[in-house]
Amino acid sequence: MLTPTTHAWSEDEALGGYLGRRGINRRDFLEFCGQMAAVLGLSSLAVPRIAAAMESLRRPSVIWLQLQECTGCVESAIRTADPTIGNLLLDVVSLDFMDTLMAASGTAAEGALETARKENAGKYLLVVTGSVPTGENGIYTMIGGRTARSLLEETAKDAAAVIAVGACAHWGSVQASKPNPTGAVGVSDIVRDKPVLNIAGCPPIAEVITATVVHFLTFGRLPAVDADGRPLFAYGNRIHDQCPRRAHYDAGQFVDTFDDAAARQGWCLYEVGCKGPATFSPCPIFMWNGHTDFPIGAGHPCIGCTERNFWDTMSPFYHRLPNVAGVGVEHTADILGAALAVGAAAGIAAHAAATGIYQIRSRHTDSGSPSPNATGREDSHGEN
Amino acid sequence: MAKTKVVVDPITRIEGHLRIEAQADNGKVSDAWACSTQFRGIEIIMEGRDPRDAWAYTQRICGVCTVVHAVASCRAVEDALGIRIPPNANTIRNLVHGMQFVQDHVIHFYHLHALDWVDVVSALKADPAATAKIAASISPWPNNSPSYFREVQERVKTFVGSGQLGIFTNGYWGHPAYKLPPEVNLLAVAHYLEALDWQRDVIRLHTIFGGKNPHPNFLVGGMASAINLDGTATINAAKLTEIQAMIARAQRFVEQVYWPDLVAIAGFYKEWASIGGGTGNYLAVGEFPDTDIRDVNSLYLPRGIVMNKDLSKALPYDQEKVTESIYSSWYDYDEGPKATLHPYKGETKPHYTGPQPPWQFLQDETKYTWMKAPRYDGHPMEVGPLARMLVAYASGHKDVKAIVGDTLKALNVGPAALFSTLGRTAARGMETVLLARRMNVWFDDLVARIKGGDVTTFNGKTWEPSTWPKTARGYGALDAPRGALGHWVEITDGKIARYQCVVPTTWNASPRDDKGVVGPYEAALTDNHPLLKPDQPIEILRTVHSFDPCNACGVHVLDADGDTVTEVRVQ
Repeated sequence: MLTPTTHAWSEDEALGGYLGRRGINRRDFLEFCGQMAAVLGLSSLAVPRIAAAMESLRRPSVIWLQLQECTGCVESAIRTADPTIGNLLLDVVSLDFMDTLMAASGTAAEGALETARKENAGKYLLVVTGSVPTGENGIYTMIGGRTARSLLEETAKDAAAVIAVGACAHWGSVQASKPNPTGAVGVSDIVRDKPVLNIAGCPPIAEVITATVVHFLTFGRLPAVDADGRPLFAYGNRIHDQCPRRAHYDAGQFVDTFDDAAARQGWCLYEVGCKGPATFSPCPIFMWNGHTDFPIGAGHPCIGCTERNFWDTMSPFYHRLPNVAGVGVEHTADILGAALAVGAAAGIAAHAAATGIYQIRSRHTDSGSPSPNATGREDSHGEN
Repeated sequence: MAKTKVVVDPITRIEGHLRIEAQADNGKVSDAWACSTQFRGIEIIMEGRDPRDAWAYTQRICGVCTVVHAVASCRAVEDALGIRIPPNANTIRNLVHGMQFVQDHVIHFYHLHALDWVDVVSALKADPAATAKIAASISPWPNNSPSYFREVQERVKTFVGSGQLGIFTNGYWGHPAYKLPPEVNLLAVAHYLEALDWQRDVIRLHTIFGGKNPHPNFLVGGMASAINLDGTATINAAKLTEIQAMIARAQRFVEQVYWPDLVAIAGFYKEWASIGGGTGNYLAVGEFPDTDIRDVNSLYLPRGIVMNKDLSKALPYDQEKVTESIYSSWYDYDEGPKATLHPYKGETKPHYTGPQPPWQFLQDETKYTWMKAPRYDGHPMEVGPLARMLVAYASGHKDVKAIVGDTLKALNVGPAALFSTLGRTAARGMETVLLARRMNVWFDDLVARIKGGDVTTFNGKTWEPSTWPKTARGYGALDAPRGALGHWVEITDGKIARYQCVVPTTWNASPRDDKGVVGPYEAALTDNHPLLKPDQPIEILRTVHSFDPCNACGVHVLDADGDTVTEVRVQ
């Protein structure tokens, strides 16, 4: 826990000076920045830059909207270990609106949102969990007497950046699966005039959420993303290519049925339906809940929850994926995603052209605050 | 004084989207309406899918009680296919579900409910030395020095002084309904922060057995986490040791922080022991079987009914007596709005008839919610921790009778105090104490079986659909942190033909039925219920939060085509 001080953080003071007065020494602060660099996959050379950015900031306003959802993504976020949720709430950001944790209800809650929106217009970070139901004029999710859609549209208007957290905000998730009774869509289907970054997963790993927020605060722009808007620092690799059980796949050592002799040796789960070969996710690298484990590590096949439409394309979950031979570590999400979209991994090579990486860049508004702006496609990477 | 129309929307610090409308009359709530404002339609999405996948879809009904739908679903499919899971798998599920209860109840108390009773701003005026004295007098918890509380106070002071109040913005600070002395407020604020760290640690038990949290993995027929003491990627001695340590840390926090705080805070709010009672009828389907859910008599928390606050006996629960009304809900029934249907014959045809948004008031509408109105033998029933404790108490459950007796004595109140807002909140704490202790028993069972050479975690005899009958039906009962839950599944030709859930918050947040009888929230909010300042409805939040609403769970019931009979086997 940070050491407190009797002196408040004043309007004109930078974070560095403030922390210094609070007894946070330079070493502790740089250690935190170092952890963030590691999470973001940056070299230690980036630490001074992170530190410089953090020190110059007041706690930025974050507005968190919860739309049509199960609250699992918020639960995941509060499991964050570096930084802890306590540090995040009290020291790093000003979480000005979030249903699950905020003290106020009703008009007082709406007032808090209104104030945060107006006082930080053009500067606040909008985080959204949950999908947007579009059926029946949007009445399938009503908040404060208005539709989720109108609340999102109004709140997105003055946001500096929009981060869609979790599969529901990403593309609609379970309620958008066939036959999608409420017409649920993702945030990027509604917010079209600014880039929406997708933190994929059902739910995403806590530290991926946190690191994305810190990336934005540090570099003044959202991180580079793949064609589906997912940050590359987290979703740049297939589970299969980073999986601790990969050697068993290569050696042809497979679990045939749960709890068999192979399962008790921790062999590969491909034959019992693992979707790791088709799933771009940091699970085996970040791991879950303070690096404790991840689904495959605990003996259950990956269900592919970071991929768009996974409830329809990856199921039945215990059926073996079509032949994935020949798909190597050099393949990107965009190639595989396109292949899955046509429902056949055999089509992988044919769709290699449908690729591209969006680079979401920042520009500075007149007030000097960062605001991202999509500048379209940049060079795709690798051999695509 | 004229009646005032009150709207509280959004109700925050809950799961999901809930709107409460009320009428205030001379400082009291004279009428209330519970409006659930989100609909997702999960069951219709289940149709045609592999029943072995059903746990994953239904699990996403709720990411707070992230275990309960998955296990209820596995139980329903296992019932349909005649699968008995290995004892190890049952024990692992108990451990995972037990930690869900313990972690979820603690988060509810500190992070969802406490701010109804604890004035954060008042904590700034506390004398940290006096807080330390209080802390040491009620608990051996080591973080109890004056310097520790001073540090917390300074941290909060700095935060408040920054002018950026974040999640505490516009709280009802200074409201006369807050009764705690500054020193106790400071104690609670310190533990609010400690609980944030604690919950992240103990829930890792889910990650060891299920790979992640929220939404850990489950498996029809058992659990996927194989046991091999000599394996590196299996449940081995290293992981068992971690689990045991987590259970110990969970139990210690519950016994030394949560429970003493709850009792201390309750002592300042005893008037809430005669407020917010409500229906007086309680239903529990029971939870934590010794070996298999079919062995109903082996449930640690028993199954049964308490009617009209009569604790002299617990009546047997018979699911045949469950019906649902849509009189006040945005659905149609073929037989008209006054029909009541058993879930077997359940129809769910969403038909929104409310005003076009934005809404002003729903209280003048006949239909005002996405929640149906479940009834037992025609009566509204409260479910959840209080229902479980009362059913267990009336059943003569030794552990429950002891803790209920001790608590009533400590607070110097009679048994009638249980039927209240405070009773609901206290029952949740009692249950947490008992389950945190009980986890040690399950852990010992698991270790003893492994020691005896039984490492089986999966029964795969009927895993392959080729071994299934052409049609099969099953029922999965589970008592979740928020109350009684049931999943019903019908399987035809290896696929889900029908899926239906009846969920805790559907019981509690039920609207008026065809006879105009209100549901548990509505009844509680009009039971001797104060509302001092309609624009600062803190009293309404106290009672609604005492139920721990989970609205995404409650509103999802939508069966496949809405008109065919589903028969299920019930233990």
